[in-house]
Amino acid sequence: MSQNLYVARSSAVAARKLGGEMMIMSGRDSTLFTLDEVATIIWESANGLVTLDEIVESRICAEFDVDPASAARDAKTLAEALAQHGILLISREPILDSNARIGSAK
Amino acid sequence: MNQLTPSLGGNGVVIKVGELAVKLQTIDAEYCQTLRNHYDGFVEAAEHAEFDFNIELTDSRTNNPDDDVKVTRRSTLWSFGRGDFQAEWNMASNRGSIRQSANLYSIDAALRIFHTVMLATRGGFLLHAASAIRNGKAFLFTGPSGAGKTTIASLAPADATLLTDEVSYVRKQSEGYTAFGTPFAGELAKAGENVSAPISCLYLLTQGPANRIEPLGASDAVRAVLRNILFFAEDPELVRSVFQSACQLVSCVPVCRLTFLPDSRVWESIG
Repeated sequence: MSQNLYVARSSAVAARKLGGEMMIMSGRDSTLFTLDEVATIIWESANGLVTLDEIVESRICAEFDVDPASAARDAKTLAEALAQHGILLISREPILDSNARIGSAK
Repeated sequence: MNQLTPSLGGNGVVIKVGELAVKLQTIDAEYCQTLRNHYDGFVEAAEHAEFDFNIELTDSRTNNPDDDVKVTRRSTLWSFGRGDFQAEWNMASNRGSIRQSANLYSIDAALRIFHTVMLATRGGFLLHAASAIRNGKAFLFTGPSGAGKTTIASLAPADATLLTDEVSYVRKQSEGYTAFGTPFAGELAKAGENVSAPISCLYLLTQGPANRIEPLGASDAVRAVLRNILFFAEDPELVRSVFQSACQLVSCVPVCRLTFLPDSRVWESIG
């Protein structure tokens, strides 16, 4: 499980959904990311007030035929990768300020 | 048509590209005349321009124009430069200075960079693309060096008006996006016409064995546009603005891959 990690979209990026794909550009280094369907669900749900486990349970497991434990593991790996690129914030506490320091909470 | 001999007092010249009028002033009358000649067609007769730059000419010709461009902002003060020039511009007063030797290469680069910043704040951008107007509609042809921008520009039929063979000026207007002519020339070494038209299609160029046009999906189109936007500013806010402009353009202008044989028949399917 992801130990109730809270996730929030970074305000340091620009994002736009085009043709079903979520495209995100980092304001820091202009890197462009394209998220797949599952990553897009996590991104869109990451409001800083829900945990990754809640997103997996209520969105990913509800929409895809996946094993909950595997889905939680994959979601944590994905969230940490997004955090390393500075487009997602991860915290053990609710995130009220998406301008907060970007990082990952392992 | 623009007045070719402006009435600006002193050694100044107003150069208007894509609705942005920039006044360049220098104490060197000969260099000022060189600017008038070079930007002929984009020289305005106005006494006052929205932006005002003083050119400080130096003797140094040893600095390297191949150095990386650096564009930064501190509060309202923008700094941008390269090995061969250094410029500052205060966005609060709309005044600035450019320090360079008396050559056209440096001032052209400074103007291009200035426009990339200004356009980003106004929902537009400079695109590494040739562009032309045909039947009242503008067509853009983008791609990396060697993709065929100069080739397709040089193959344009007589009824097409060339806006540029190198740097296209794209700006959002009330009803979509408009392409403006620019004096920023590439290999053709010829300024575009100072006219504008709504953008009808953006083509991503590839040379191939036959002429073929294929629509690009939205995300591929955005990637293609972003790869070819001229933008150098280390400024997160403007980076986000340019990204949103690219997405907005793709949402209202068709983007297609144009594979073409380098002969004039390619224009039969354009316009």
